[in-house]
Amino acid sequence: MAQRIDVKDLNIYYGDFKAVADVGMAIEPRSVTAFIGPSGCGKSTFLRTLNRMHEVIPGAHVEGTVAVDGVDLYGADVDPVAVRRQVGMVFQRPNPFPTMSIEENVLAGVRLNNKRISKSDAADLVEVSLRSANLWTEVKDRLNRPGSGLSGGQQQRLCIARAIAVKPQVLLMDEPCSALDPISTLAIEDLISELKSAYTIVIVTHNMQQAARVSDRTAFFNLAGVGQPGRLVEIDDTGTIFSSPREQATEDYISGRFG
Amino acid sequence: MTTADLSSTSSEFRALITQVDKRRHRKDRTMRVLIWGAFVLAMIPLVSVSLTVVVHGMQKLDLDFLTHSMRGVFGGADAGGIYHAIVGTLLITLFATLISVPIGLLTAIYLVEYGRGSLARAVTFFVDVMTGIPSIVAGLFAYALFAVFFGPAVRMGVVGSVALSVLMIPVVVRSSEEMLRLVPNELREAALALGVPKWLVVIKVVLRTAVAGIGTGVTIAVARVMGETAPLLIAVGTIDSINTNLFSGRMMTLPVFIYQQYQQGLVPCTPGQQNCIPTINYDRAWAAALTLIILVMLLNLIGRLITRFFAPKNLG
Repeated sequence: MAQRIDVKDLNIYYGDFKAVADVGMAIEPRSVTAFIGPSGCGKSTFLRTLNRMHEVIPGAHVEGTVAVDGVDLYGADVDPVAVRRQVGMVFQRPNPFPTMSIEENVLAGVRLNNKRISKSDAADLVEVSLRSANLWTEVKDRLNRPGSGLSGGQQQRLCIARAIAVKPQVLLMDEPCSALDPISTLAIEDLISELKSAYTIVIVTHNMQQAARVSDRTAFFNLAGVGQPGRLVEIDDTGTIFSSPREQATEDYISGRFG
Repeated sequence: MTTADLSSTSSEFRALITQVDKRRHRKDRTMRVLIWGAFVLAMIPLVSVSLTVVVHGMQKLDLDFLTHSMRGVFGGADAGGIYHAIVGTLLITLFATLISVPIGLLTAIYLVEYGRGSLARAVTFFVDVMTGIPSIVAGLFAYALFAVFFGPAVRMGVVGSVALSVLMIPVVVRSSEEMLRLVPNELREAALALGVPKWLVVIKVVLRTAVAGIGTGVTIAVARVMGETAPLLIAVGTIDSINTNLFSGRMMTLPVFIYQQYQQGLVPCTPGQQNCIPTINYDRAWAAALTLIILVMLLNLIGRLITRFFAPKNLG
């Protein structure tokens, strides 16, 4: 259920503008990898190339390879829609579908694809997914209520449940806690630690404490200046990054001297 | 600091916060009067029109009037009704809606979800041009189009529907476009990230979220073309009896009926003549006008109910 991701010489563009340059890294399976760095350095952009969501934006394209389990996601015969079923994503702001109930939201990946699913299978999938997202006990009595009626933290866990109901191999999280209060953040962080036994997780965060708490490995991105492309400065075990990073820029950033 | 000091500072402060800015006060009052005045001014014609139509229309409007056609009614006889015109209006507008909504909605989807570059700009430009087409020109266009196939003097319900749809399509495109743009991009991305193909995202997420607004837009467009007279006069003509076939023969419609009755004017009754009302044509016109207004209002009501039914529910 979890795969290794190898990124090689990846350049990411918005039209003619090169947003991220020369990224190469390996993301280990069944672990949490965190991306940190100042705003605009391309962490989220890079994250979105890992499930081909980047090219949804008009004019956006990439050069280089992103290989999941040895298969290049940008190969000619690869279907981006199929990639997104294998590499799920959770966004910065919780975005449950407002026209759907809690249950329908969890089943969205199945139902929106016009797939047939029996009633009992659907009920099982809803329970398993909500349990994995630590939301089951809170919502089991109101599965037919609108998903948008939940609190922000619950909505975000609902979005995680929705993402894992598709049974992806990899889970990408783009600042999943930045719109949440500390208690909801804690709930999500606990959830991330539980999920990493089954999934490869990549998380973008602005919160360095969070990166230190949840991740096994941390990647630091930086950009030389406005209009310059963002670059990967270094990636290493989280402990190493936060205690003795190789690069001066990393140390400056994590010690709060800039950014 | 002594007590005296304290009180003097406090009174200075009181002066600062209680001082009224006279200019701002005056400006506020002037604007208030102006805005209320504009509101009342706008309400006068509305109230006046509604009152006049209701007062004049109620005299003739009854079940008999709504369920009979004008077949065999002549002179000043207190008989006849608008059943044929109601049927005509409903059928022609319904068919116009069936033509306009698919074309208009698909155009809006193209513009919002797929359209890039010069083609999309051209489409937007021509939709704007279409908005400005005078209704009589739409009628002439539909007539000319059908005359090519059916020869001159062709008059059928469907010609009227085509004329009305020329007027409706730009309204449907514009309002649907606005509604589709209101759907947050996050919802599209959320669905795409679940591995849903784009066409299904458009149908099941974007359209589903915007359906209430699109429904309202369509109702407004329908209400707007329901009262069109000129194109129907050219394309559909007039008739005294009931015709439910859109593809054969003339049909009567409410606006055209009102125009026709008004055209006929006063009936020259000889003094002492039995069953002759001089103003009967005007009475019929007013009653038909009231019916038309009620129909449009009913349609708006249905539109609102649709909106309420489909609107995203936020309360937990």
